[in-house]
Amino acid sequence: MNGGDSAGRLVRPFTLTGGRTRPSRADFTLITSVTTVDPPPARAERPQPEQARILRLCAKPLVVAELAAQLDLPVSVVCIMLSDLLEAGRITARAPREISRTSDLDLLQKVRDGLGRL
Amino acid sequence: MAGSSPVVEGTSAPDTVKILIAGGFGVGKTTMVGSVSEIVPLRTEEPLTSAGLGVDDLGGIPEKHATTVALDFGRITLSQELVLYLFGTPGQQRFWFMWNDLAIGALGAVVLVDVRRPESSFAAIDFFERRGIPFVVGVNGFHGEHPYAPEEIREALALPENAHVLLCDARDRDSCRDVLIALIDQLIARSAQSNGTGRPAGPA
Repeated sequence: MNGGDSAGRLVRPFTLTGGRTRPSRADFTLITSVTTVDPPPARAERPQPEQARILRLCAKPLVVAELAAQLDLPVSVVCIMLSDLLEAGRITARAPREISRTSDLDLLQKVRDGLGRL
Repeated sequence: MAGSSPVVEGTSAPDTVKILIAGGFGVGKTTMVGSVSEIVPLRTEEPLTSAGLGVDDLGGIPEKHATTVALDFGRITLSQELVLYLFGTPGQQRFWFMWNDLAIGALGAVVLVDVRRPESSFAAIDFFERRGIPFVVGVNGFHGEHPYAPEEIREALALPENAHVLLCDARDRDSCRDVLIALIDQLIARSAQSNGTGRPAGPA
């Protein structure tokens, strides 16, 4: 949960994204897993502070929603920063399992088994 | 968010799936998420501007929640390869537009109903019915008490015969897990059925 944020954040969210409100590509869903590329690609630019935080947090795979919660930033803002990082080769992203409502018995059974173990 | 192709292959991240926890304002969605989640429910807040309202007019509005939609969610690691996320949908009807994005790629939904005011979950039921998204109805008893039988709730909500209605307690982990299992069982039944006929099953 968010703590008190009554004073507002120091930096308005969309200043982190150069004023853009849409990512250049729409690859990121709430449950897309993001993983930092380690070691970083050669000739990688020095990341901005918020980007550096993302790279640290995603040392282990983390989904977009969790990342946004940990950064205390809107998902939409995080997606824009992620698309920059993806294009710079600093992260990899893994899309969620494609759900085909009629056929994916195997996946459903895995979910069922997992819930049964709770 | 559109775009269905995997972005980059070759990471060791587990598969992720999601289920929506929907229902009217204050029916216990976040409570349910918290009951089964392995983490304290997390929250992200979306500014309404990003959802297309278009005006970044925050000046003079002291309360942050007046201009953002909060999204609470939890996580259940089902295995090393599979992680389930539960997303509580924003309860206020005027935030319905967020549900569209949320619903994309969801396995299905649990519509929570407050036994004292079932009508507050009408909009959620309608949303999933119209889009053909599978759902079960979880009747959250006040203090865990259930004065009505599932049949009576079904009638009160004008639900079809085959809709699953379960009595539950959003505060209780096992109870919430059973509701999720009922949803998955319904999906498995539909999937098996449609594989048999080669055609999608009818609405749940």
